[in-house]
Amino acid sequence: MSMPKAAVATEAGERVLTFAQAINEGLREEMVRDPRVVLLGEDIGSYGGVFTVTRGLFAEFGRNRVIDTPISEGGFVGAALGLAITGYRPVVELMFTDFVFVAGDQLFNHVGKARYISGGQRTVPLVVRTQQGSSGGKAAQHSQSLEALFCHIPGWKVVAPSTPGDAKGLLQAAIRDDNPVAFLEHKALYFTKGMVPAGETLLPLGKARIARPGEDVTVISYSKSMELALGAAEVLAAEGVQAEVIDLRTLKPLDLETLLASVRKTSRAVVVHEAHRVCGFGAELAALIQEAAFFDLEAPIQRVAAEDAPVPYSRNLERAVLPQVDDVVAAAHRVLERRP
Amino acid sequence: MATRPDLLDLYRMMVRIRRVEERLEALFRSGEAYGSLHLCIGQEATATGACAALRADDTITCTYRGHGAVLAKGVPVGAVLAELLGRETGCCRGRSGSMLLTDLSRGVIFSTGIVAAGIPIAVGAALSARLSGSDRVALTFFGDGAVNQGVFHEALNMAGLWKLPVILFCENNQYAEMTPTHEGTSIERLVDRGAAYRIPGVVVDGNDVEAVYDVTAAAVARARAGEGPTLIEATTYRLTGHMFGDTQPYRAKDEVESWKARDPLLVARSRLQERGVGADAVGRIEEEVEAEIDAALEAARAAPEPRAEEATQYVYA
Repeated sequence: MSMPKAAVATEAGERVLTFAQAINEGLREEMVRDPRVVLLGEDIGSYGGVFTVTRGLFAEFGRNRVIDTPISEGGFVGAALGLAITGYRPVVELMFTDFVFVAGDQLFNHVGKARYISGGQRTVPLVVRTQQGSSGGKAAQHSQSLEALFCHIPGWKVVAPSTPGDAKGLLQAAIRDDNPVAFLEHKALYFTKGMVPAGETLLPLGKARIARPGEDVTVISYSKSMELALGAAEVLAAEGVQAEVIDLRTLKPLDLETLLASVRKTSRAVVVHEAHRVCGFGAELAALIQEAAFFDLEAPIQRVAAEDAPVPYSRNLERAVLPQVDDVVAAAHRVLERRP
Repeated sequence: MATRPDLLDLYRMMVRIRRVEERLEALFRSGEAYGSLHLCIGQEATATGACAALRADDTITCTYRGHGAVLAKGVPVGAVLAELLGRETGCCRGRSGSMLLTDLSRGVIFSTGIVAAGIPIAVGAALSARLSGSDRVALTFFGDGAVNQGVFHEALNMAGLWKLPVILFCENNQYAEMTPTHEGTSIERLVDRGAAYRIPGVVVDGNDVEAVYDVTAAAVARARAGEGPTLIEATTYRLTGHMFGDTQPYRAKDEVESWKARDPLLVARSRLQERGVGADAVGRIEEEVEAEIDAALEAARAAPEPRAEEATQYVYA
C-alpha cells in the first residue's frame, strides 16, 4: 500500500494515514508476524474490499491467506469458526454490519458461546471486522449500528475505534486476543486521516481514552459519534463550559473505572451514540454509572442517540433520526441546568 | 483403503450406544437427568460405521442427536454420562448437557442444537486441514431436516467450490423432527442435492454398519487424496420419538415394527452368526458393556457438581 504523498514521519515513527490504510497496515503486519492469521470475506481478494481495507493483501499473501468467499455470510462465519477452533486466527470481513443478521446463528449461537459450552476446551481467536453507521443515503439496511447485539451475547468482546491510530492498535490487539472480537468500523470514518504509529501498535482492549479533559460535564462516546461529542465540546467551550470527552474505544470489556472517575469529578454525564436509543448501549452506560455513582450525580444522565425509527433515505429525514451536534449540546445544557 | 474393522468390535460400539441411550432414557424418566434428550436408538450403525472409518485426528461435528457419534469417536461413556448428570467431570464440565457435547482431544469439535449449523463449521475444519497441509478430514453429521436449511447449501457450495476434505454425512431417519421427510423436502433422494454443488452422492443402508463403514472409508480416501467432498445419505430409522416425551402421533405402530425387524443390532448379530461367531461371544459383549456403563454411572453420580461460584468461568479465555 502506498503512503499518502504528504505523509511525514514524526520522531516516534508516526505518519498520517487514513482509517482504512491504518486497518490495512494493522492486518498486514499481523499477517506477516503470524501465519495463522487468515482473512475471509466477500470481495476482499483482488478487489481489495469495498472500502479498500484489504487492498494489496491478496497480491502479497495469496489466496490461502486472503480468502474470497461466496456471498454466504452464515456459511463463511461458520467456516471461520471451524478454522478458529482448529488452530487458525481468522479475521472475517462482514461487508456491512447489517449482514450480521444473516450470519446471526453462527455469530450468536455458536461463535460467542463456543468456549463456554465446551467447558473451556475451545479457544476462539476470531475477529469479525465489519462497518456500520450512516454515511448518508444508504437507508435502513446499510446504515445500522448494532454494537448492542454483540455486547448482549456473552463471549464477545466489542471494539469501536474512532481514529486511525486507535483502529490499528486495537485491531492488532483484537487479532492477538484469544476471544471472539467484534471490530466495528464506521463507514464514514474510512477516509478520515490521523497519526498512526509505524510497526506493531498494541492498544489494550478495555482501556478508554480521555479525548478532551474538562471539569463541568462528562460526554461519553465512541466510533464516529466522537465527532459529535468533540464538536459539542467546542460549542460548549465557547459558552464557558468545559466538557470532558471520553472515547470508550472498547465497549466490552468496558473501562468503567475511567468513566466513574470522570463522572465523580463532573457530576454530570451525557452518553452519545449513533445506534438507536431504545435498548442501546447508552442505556447500559447510564445504568452502570447510576448504580455506582448515583449520589455523585447532580442531574439525570442524558442519552443522545437515534430515534426509534429505521434510518431513512431522504436527507432531512435521516438528519432528523440520527443524532447531531446540536442534540449533544442540548443534552449538556439539560444536565447543566441545575448548576449552582 | 484401510481394512474394515472386525464386525464384533463394531457391534460392541453399537451395543454401547444403545445401552447408554436406554440408560439415559431411564435417568430422564426418574428425573435424575433433565433438560432435552434426543435419542439415536435405531441409528447406531451410522455413527459407528462412519466413525470407524476415521482416524483419531480427523474431526467430526454432531447434531443434538449426537450421543452415538460422540461415543463412536471415542469419548468415554463416563464423560458423557457425567455431562448429562450435570457434573464437573462431564466432557464439558456440566456446561453443555445433552446437545452440545464436545471433546477436542478426540476430534469432536462441535455438537450443536441448531439444525445444519455444524456443516459450515466442518467446512472450516476441512479448510484448516487444507491450509495446514494435513491430510486430516472433517466429517459432519446432520439429519434429513438439515438439507432444507440455508447453511447446508452455503456449506456445500464452499466445499464443492474449494474441493475440501469434508464428508457430508446425512442420517436420513425418515422424520424431520415430527414431520415425515417427504412432506418437507421436494426430492426423493437427498443426495441429489449434491449435484447442484458438483458433490458426488451415495446412498447407503444406514442400518448395515459394514456398508456404512465401506462408503465412509471410500469418501475419506477420496478426501485425503484431495479429490474433494462426498455427500452420504444413510437410510435409517429413529425407533424412538424426536425427543424425550414425544408421543409420536405422526406415525403408525406398524411402521415402527417393520423397522425394528431391521434394527442395526439385529442385522449385525445375524451376520455374526452367519460368520460363525458364537452366542457366548456376543453375550459377553452385552455383559461387558453393561458393567462398563454401571461403573461409569456410579462414578458420575459420585462426581461433584460444578461450583456455583464458577458459573461464569470459561465465558472468556
